[in-house]
Amino acid sequence: MKKIKKIKIKINGKIKSINQDSTLSVVLKNLKFPLNKVAIELNEEIIDKKKINKIKLNKNDKIEIVHFIGGG
Amino acid sequence: MEAVNLKKDSLIIANKKFNSRLIVGTGKYKSMSECAKAIKLSGAEIVTVAVRRVNISDKNKPLLMDYIDPKKITYLPNTAGCFNSKEALRTLRLAREIGGWKLVKLEVLGDKKNLFPDMIETLKSTEVLAKEGFKVMVYCNDDPLMAKRLENSGADAIMPLAAPIGSGLGIQNKINIQIIRKQTKLPLIIDAGLGQASDATIAMELGCDGVLVNTAIAKAKRPFEMALAFKNAVIAGRQSYKSGRIDKILMGIPSSPSKGII
Repeated sequence: MKKIKKIKIKINGKIKSINQDSTLSVVLKNLKFPLNKVAIELNEEIIDKKKINKIKLNKNDKIEIVHFIGGG
Repeated sequence: MEAVNLKKDSLIIANKKFNSRLIVGTGKYKSMSECAKAIKLSGAEIVTVAVRRVNISDKNKPLLMDYIDPKKITYLPNTAGCFNSKEALRTLRLAREIGGWKLVKLEVLGDKKNLFPDMIETLKSTEVLAKEGFKVMVYCNDDPLMAKRLENSGADAIMPLAAPIGSGLGIQNKINIQIIRKQTKLPLIIDAGLGQASDATIAMELGCDGVLVNTAIAKAKRPFEMALAFKNAVIAGRQSYKSGRIDKILMGIPSSPSKGII
């Protein structure tokens, strides 16, 4: 069996190891966060949530996932 | 004179009508359920919210949206914690992406100790946001000249502080608030520094269109009662303002007739 190569990315400041050629969609699905309640940045650029299955992730990519919390 | 009909006396921000003139923050509560109950009691239709990273290691953490329904209550994303224009713009663009939020509160702080706004960064951000189609409610200091500049830059509401955020000191500069009131037709909302319900009444009596309160309710010994007190205080202040107060005079005038005294 061919071994799947892993790459390292950062999600909300934490290093994660994912399969090479993973799409943003797959990574987000694994996090199990309701997409309608978050916004996503990839390398400081806002991502259109409708296009996440077309975006392939690269080594050292930085993803930020934010949502609303209590605040003044 | 026409009677004061508060039902028809709506607060209009960026063409949207609200019945309540009290805006409340959702921070500093002991729990989300306490926050949700206090909001309900306050009658507020707009709540401020912060934009932060999701906790990817604890996915079962309760979400604000599960407690406060954004379909029923207008979420007002806020840039609290941002200390420059770049951070503030990034935060609000993300907020818009979560679900189309265009009505936002801009707050660019300049000093970590007193939390006063950095008005140069605030002004720059207001211009950019207005051009990008945001409806911007702007936290600012109580400076009439700066308020005018914000208005000219496309702000949708002027939100001067009463006193430093979370200080509970109440309105420190009534004259400036009145000058700002006289010069602008934009919604004028006192943001930050109120400590008790009567502070909200004073703000409304000065002619403000609304008040924004967080700490004074969330950190009161009994937040639910204080939420209700602020609701009533805002209504009382508005009614008082609309009723046309008497002139102030130096000497006494008796309330009972001076004729027929035995």
